[in-house]
Amino acid sequence: MGQFMPFAGQVLKNLFSKPATTQYPFAPKEYPERTRGHVEIQIEDCIMCGMCMRSCPPGAIEVKKPEHQWTINRFDCIQCGYCVEKCPKKCLSLVPGYQVPAGEKAVCVVQQPFDPEEEARKEAAKQAAIKAAQEKAAAAKAAKEAAEQAQS
Amino acid sequence: MGKRSVVPFGPQHPVLPEPIHLDLVLEDEKVLAAVPSIGYVHRGLESLVTKKDFQEMAYVAERICGICSFGHGMGYCMTIEDIMNVEVPRRADYLRTIWMEMSRLHSHLLWLGLLADGFGFESLFMQSWRIREGILDMFEESTGGRVIFSVNQIGGVKKDMSKEMLANFQKRFDEMEKEVRKLTRVFLDDYTVKSRLEGIGILTGEDAIRRGAAGPMARAAGIAVDMRKTGYAAYDDIDFEVITSDKYDSYGRCEVRIGEIFQSFDIIRQCIRKIPDTEINVAVKGNPPEGESIVRIEQPRGEAFYMSRTNGTKFLDRMRVRTPTFANLPALTQTLQGCQYADVPLLILTIDPCISCTER
Amino acid sequence: MEKMNDYLFKIEKVELLSVIMEKKNALWRLVQICCAMVNDQYEITYSFANGYEFENFRLIVDKDEEVPSISRVYNAAIFYENEMHELFGLNVSEIKTNLKDRLYRIDAQTPFKKEANE
Repeated sequence: MGQFMPFAGQVLKNLFSKPATTQYPFAPKEYPERTRGHVEIQIEDCIMCGMCMRSCPPGAIEVKKPEHQWTINRFDCIQCGYCVEKCPKKCLSLVPGYQVPAGEKAVCVVQQPFDPEEEARKEAAKQAAIKAAQEKAAAAKAAKEAAEQAQS
Repeated sequence: MGKRSVVPFGPQHPVLPEPIHLDLVLEDEKVLAAVPSIGYVHRGLESLVTKKDFQEMAYVAERICGICSFGHGMGYCMTIEDIMNVEVPRRADYLRTIWMEMSRLHSHLLWLGLLADGFGFESLFMQSWRIREGILDMFEESTGGRVIFSVNQIGGVKKDMSKEMLANFQKRFDEMEKEVRKLTRVFLDDYTVKSRLEGIGILTGEDAIRRGAAGPMARAAGIAVDMRKTGYAAYDDIDFEVITSDKYDSYGRCEVRIGEIFQSFDIIRQCIRKIPDTEINVAVKGNPPEGESIVRIEQPRGEAFYMSRTNGTKFLDRMRVRTPTFANLPALTQTLQGCQYADVPLLILTIDPCISCTER
Repeated sequence: MEKMNDYLFKIEKVELLSVIMEKKNALWRLVQICCAMVNDQYEITYSFANGYEFENFRLIVDKDEEVPSISRVYNAAIFYENEMHELFGLNVSEIKTNLKDRLYRIDAQTPFKKEANE
């Protein structure tokens, strides 16, 4: 052995031992808990603030507030986890499981359930509140002006 | 006088995992001169700083290269922490040191495998990479990524390692060290391997300084320069000696890197023993003030240089990364002069080229 | 020469070669040369190291000005100077081995050069 055959021991050992590789796809690959595979969203908790969209380094996330849609291009995503860190409601998470290959880059759309009527009612209420506030301000201004005129 | 010819080498070549092109001027089989050219994977990441804010840039910096990814993220974060006067918690320093040394381990094992592949010892190549796989698994368990870790942020690190995890890793590192010791005997003692490495690609200490060589390339030429001795992160608490070799040839470079593998095992052991129990990051508020900072760290391939220049907004003015492979290019052309054509692939491998790093 | 901080000095163009020769004679090694565009001027930083000692010299030149090459003193500067020329469009005169825009095999010419109106 020594200088001439230092590798012989390893060769013999390899002959009589199991392969070092996993026999994929017959044996499943198990990922550790922390693996950053893909981004997942709990859409019920999302408030559509758009922080994830603004912080995403490759610009893979898009948040469409009027349609209540959260979209991600999983082929652009680099799994850095910056959106998870920035999310104010902590509804994003990085979970194991990699994106499978595909023929073309597809966008994954997550729709937030919402009631259009409820939305319209809320919007109308908001508009009404704004209008009322404006009218009140105008009335106050008119009253003030009237008072000033009366003084002069 | 023999016949002169110019032979293009690369960008596609079985020995090169990444594209670099060399024009070799040959006289018969002897190389007279080599002119490298790069740019096949140029992405302009240095100019991206004007479009991505300074916190996003930590993730971009990490993606300069796949092997030294941790070091790039860390070097960039250190420059910004310096500009913003952020004191990184001690535990974060230790965690960074552990991850950095794990990067060094897997980079050197990768290099040993590629070297074995370069001189045609396929089985040895497989064995090196089998051991390296264990380190990648540990990376995945601790950071969530096998190649890109995304754990560095301005002000510390994002993920912690529990006591159980560290103890588990320590056990696995001990096992691994035994295996590596067996494996490295082949590189250092085997007659055929020795005859392929000894006396090839001589780079003397004087030449190494003149050509600005860095890292194991310079240390194999007898120059004891290791940026870890400047004491960034937790290296100021760690006992280690700079490993040098006085053989000046490819065998010397192999010897230095093998020495560094065992040194890394030792540094990780010390870190796991000494790691303090503090926070792992501090919150950073606001944009960095106007200023600039220069940081040099020791990557697996040698000294890397980072400069960031801020202007008070959330975007940077300039980020400069000088990677060790760029510094070793002049040394490479020096060692190639006068060598045999058949040794060219081996000599390119001995600088441990990382082309994606070089081009940024 | 003007001291900016512990390891950074600002120099004039006329001083450059004398500074470089001084470092060369003291057996310092060239760490890197960095180019940056600031306010329509080039800012070139030469970094040298000797063991763990570290010094930087900064030279500021106008856009069209020529910078003398140091590649005849420091051989390693060839690649840095060619890089500055190809990525930033800096005029470096008489580089020892002029790679003639072939170091970086990229399509864009001087991609890092910023025009004044940008």
